[in-house]
Amino acid sequence: MCGDPSTLEGFQWLICYLSTGKHQKFYMSFLVVIGLLIAVAPLALAMGFGGALAKRSKILPLRWLGSLYTNMVRGIPDLIFFLFVPIALDQLFEMIRHKIKCPEVTDPIYQGNDFVVCAAAKLPLGNADAWVHNVYGFVMACIAFAIVFGAFAANTIDGALRAVPEKQLETARAYGMTERQTFWRVQLPQMWGYALPGLSNLWMILVKATPLLFLLGIEDIVYWAKELGGFKSDRFDYPHPDWRAYYFAALMVFYLLTTWVSEKFFIRLNQRVNVGRVGGEL
Amino acid sequence: MNECLQTIQDYGLRSLGFGERLLPKTDITLCEQVTLIGSGLVWNIYFTFFAVLFGFAAATLIAVAKASPSGLLSKPASWFVFVFRGSPLFIQFFFAYELFVMLPKVGVSFELFGIEFGAQTQWLTKAWLGGVIVLFLNTTAYSAEIFYGALKVVPKGDIEAAKAYGMNKVQTFRRVVWPTMLRLSWPSYTNEVIFLFHASALVYFSSFPTWQQSGDAMYYASYFAKTTFNPFIAYPIAGGYFIMGTLCIVFLFGLANKRLNSHLALEAKSTFRFAPQWLR
Repeated sequence: MCGDPSTLEGFQWLICYLSTGKHQKFYMSFLVVIGLLIAVAPLALAMGFGGALAKRSKILPLRWLGSLYTNMVRGIPDLIFFLFVPIALDQLFEMIRHKIKCPEVTDPIYQGNDFVVCAAAKLPLGNADAWVHNVYGFVMACIAFAIVFGAFAANTIDGALRAVPEKQLETARAYGMTERQTFWRVQLPQMWGYALPGLSNLWMILVKATPLLFLLGIEDIVYWAKELGGFKSDRFDYPHPDWRAYYFAALMVFYLLTTWVSEKFFIRLNQRVNVGRVGGEL
Repeated sequence: MNECLQTIQDYGLRSLGFGERLLPKTDITLCEQVTLIGSGLVWNIYFTFFAVLFGFAAATLIAVAKASPSGLLSKPASWFVFVFRGSPLFIQFFFAYELFVMLPKVGVSFELFGIEFGAQTQWLTKAWLGGVIVLFLNTTAYSAEIFYGALKVVPKGDIEAAKAYGMNKVQTFRRVVWPTMLRLSWPSYTNEVIFLFHASALVYFSSFPTWQQSGDAMYYASYFAKTTFNPFIAYPIAGGYFIMGTLCIVFLFGLANKRLNSHLALEAKSTFRFAPQWLR
């Protein structure tokens, strides 16, 4: 049906245009966004939990580390972390591999404006397939997102742990529970109700941060919107003027739908969690 | 030390287009990085200042409209807030830029006003105007939601008391509702301004092009990270500048908060707390 695009007209042209190979890649890139969300959410939650525990730890250096981790996102834009973490981790890994794999090379790694490691230490290896590079970039992006959103989650979880009424903990102690038991059996289960509004907000922020993948050189929806929307001359099968505004409008709609559905979901969830609690709606 | 003074002279106002034209390429010193990234911070402050200045007034109007009983006012206001809060700022930048680029081509009155109007539509594609407009709309939506939340919880008794004193609607709003709204929302609004300041780093990473390599702090930071292949110096410097800016905002807004709360007993005062839900 789409054999010769130049003979097509109107609606049929549009259908064929929207189903080209590149457009299919564009549709697949929405999966990249969803994949990032699915990968980052539990990672960030785990990092946040660890951060909150570290902040409340009895060991002083660990407490400092926890405070540093939770406080750094307050003063520094998330963009800096997204740009910094992937390169920094990449260089760190390559440096370690360089030390292990080619100990015979004694030249400094930072030479003027260059970062030089031996070929065997490169990550991914120079002869690796393109998909390896893509996956590596994606994993780096996930780590960067997990670090930033873990710090936000740590703030939320720490606040929620504090919000559990002191009397509940006193009662637990009065029943003879140890500190550990009090934490795991009373404070932690109660914490989730207090943390939920904050965590649902974090989910919204995470959704809205996903287009920043583009800055990390990943072929995400922003990349394809720019690529496909740009002016196409007559040499292309489907010539069209600059349509980037329409593509970005479509992305706006996608995000608005996602946040709208998420909001509805979290309102329902919040109602459920707060069933039977005094002063339920937080 | 003298060398560094020279660098500051050369690059101190580079982000505004003054001083040395060429950016340092080889043998980049720490001083050059600190100076250039610092000079770029002027743009972040500029974006934040003007977006907040206009956004504050607009947000008050939108919040009042959203809280109004008339659907004719509240519906559009709610939609405005939903669109700008529900979509990523990064996409808003891209979308707005492409719209601004399209403008002169579809503009009807373009030829009628001649050169003057033509120049004006072109300015929209520049970061100094286009970037501020997007940030302004964005912060208006976020602040309006904050103010709206505060408007809803202004004590009914206060308003009744104002009525009993014979104040009309405008007087009630100006003297009772508005100050209370500000007082209740100020801690959240402080967060909003901090995150707006942070979000200003996105302007030059979205479509808005830099002209003659005059960009903001993050533009220079990423320039250095790219040229030196060393992210461990430039990004922490930029981070340090942003921390200082954040502390300044906390300080200034703290002063305003003191003034808003000055008539209250100590325990009733609202204090600033970190609340990431106003992050975009």
